[in-house]
Amino acid sequence: MQNYYQKEIETMPVEEMKQLQSEKLVKQVKHVYENVPYYRDLMDKKGVTPDDIKGIDDLHKLPFLTKADLRDAYPYGLLAKPLSDCVRIQSTSGTTGRRVVAFYTQNDVDLWEDCCARAIVAAGGTNEDVCQVAYGYGLFTGGPGLNGGSHKVGCLTLPMSSGNTERQIQFMTDLSATILCCTPSYAAYIGETLQEKGLGPDDIPLKAGIFGAEPWTEEMRRNIENTLGIKAYDIYGLTETSGPGVAFECSEQTGMHINEDHFLAEIIDPDTGEVLPEGSKGELVFTSLDKEAFPLLRYRTRDICVLSRKKCSCGRTLIKMAKPMGRSDDMMIIRGVNVFPSQIETVLLNEGYQPNYQIVVDRKGNTDTFDVNVEMNADQFTDTVSGVTAKEKALANAMKTMLGINPAVHLVAPKSIVRSEGKAVRVIDKRKLHD
Amino acid sequence: MSLKQLNVFVENKKGALVEITETLASHDVNIRALSIADTEEFGILRLIVNDNETASKMLSDKGYLIKTTEVVGVKIGDAPGKLSTALAVLDKEDINVEYLYAFMARTEKHAYVVLRVADNAHAESALETAGYHMITDADINKL
Repeated sequence: MQNYYQKEIETMPVEEMKQLQSEKLVKQVKHVYENVPYYRDLMDKKGVTPDDIKGIDDLHKLPFLTKADLRDAYPYGLLAKPLSDCVRIQSTSGTTGRRVVAFYTQNDVDLWEDCCARAIVAAGGTNEDVCQVAYGYGLFTGGPGLNGGSHKVGCLTLPMSSGNTERQIQFMTDLSATILCCTPSYAAYIGETLQEKGLGPDDIPLKAGIFGAEPWTEEMRRNIENTLGIKAYDIYGLTETSGPGVAFECSEQTGMHINEDHFLAEIIDPDTGEVLPEGSKGELVFTSLDKEAFPLLRYRTRDICVLSRKKCSCGRTLIKMAKPMGRSDDMMIIRGVNVFPSQIETVLLNEGYQPNYQIVVDRKGNTDTFDVNVEMNADQFTDTVSGVTAKEKALANAMKTMLGINPAVHLVAPKSIVRSEGKAVRVIDKRKLHD
Repeated sequence: MSLKQLNVFVENKKGALVEITETLASHDVNIRALSIADTEEFGILRLIVNDNETASKMLSDKGYLIKTTEVVGVKIGDAPGKLSTALAVLDKEDINVEYLYAFMARTEKHAYVVLRVADNAHAESALETAGYHMITDADINKL
């Protein structure tokens, strides 16, 4: 049996959906042009007026927005509503020094929560479920988004936030949580902790998990599904457009349905900006069709993925996106496998290291070499060589699980990795020297 | 009871040991014993010093990765066969020695052995039962 949260939208025939998107786009472009001087300037420079946009076929005429624009316009430059109409902000972590602050009207919050509700229902959630939200609450969108979605579905919501794993497990077992929402790495950690306690999948009532906000692999998915005895669903989103729920996975687990009534997706060539046909691999670009306060048009996510309209067994007609494997500007191909520094970073954080690392790729004969230098801290340092090499092996194994290929990990002294302008140089690809 | 050993992570590069020993010398830290474990990529310098606290602080301030571990210090006779007799005591108790190094006293006719084992208390009680004297940080300061 298939359940939908908003059946009419989720199973809408494609032509009708395109019509709906076109109507919304025309209105949205007018709203932005009239209320966001920053974007109006971009349109004027390109010689485009709102009258030129008659439907989604004209989308390509509009200028792109990038993360750099968001930084330039910080904090209010892309705001399209008076602050008196706004009720909330959410923000990115700002770890790269480019904090994004997004604004929401009450209607924006409602539509965002609807998107999360669609994801929960697609994962089998109903008002009979107990939904444990172990994403962080606060500025991060994960906790608030899934919390709101869970309310809309009518689940009993456990607003746990992240961390305090003992308490997570206690509430999970005492209150019979059936759905877990958190990052995949935290789900894996909860699974390990349960195993250490001698608890298996049959001892906990969980049936589904909704995991996102960081890159993860199919292997990780299978591990989590086995240790927790659940079906694990992917969810995608970004603070710039709303938060989690921009796209979500259904029972088929072959990509995520984009909530395209709210977020119009395109794939472009990251180098030329040219729109690519369906099925091409390229950079994902989103246009927010309904956002009132912070409506980004043609926002370049830098995520590389593929879109597909292949018929889905779940009955949804919403276009699907493949799991993005990372950012367009830093992907490497090592021994034929796509590797993103963000994946290495995720592993380091999971394993208790600071993300101070350097990837060195080279070629010996016909084989790529793949070395990762990681700065150690006092907690990891031991007085024996075997102790240090065991830590290197454990890290290499964790990276292999994430990436599918095995790096050589070298632990090095703090602050020994060369930094340029205060930022560590993450990747040294010596193969280019030989070509 | 046990002895404090200061461990310093040393990258294999020219001048590393000079800088460490100069730092210690400039703060009147006296090195009583040392050993180095090295691999192709890095080394671990293990030090027994007269003032562990000052040494730790000075080296951390310089940005070195350091860690203090407790090791077993035992006094043995300075004659052929004395080390193997002491090690036999541990072997009989199935105590595995991860590494060891020895140093001589200036005046007494004794040698001292620093032992790294998994369970310090176990090793110490085995050696004491066999009649050995342990050395502590206080003894090191008096040497």
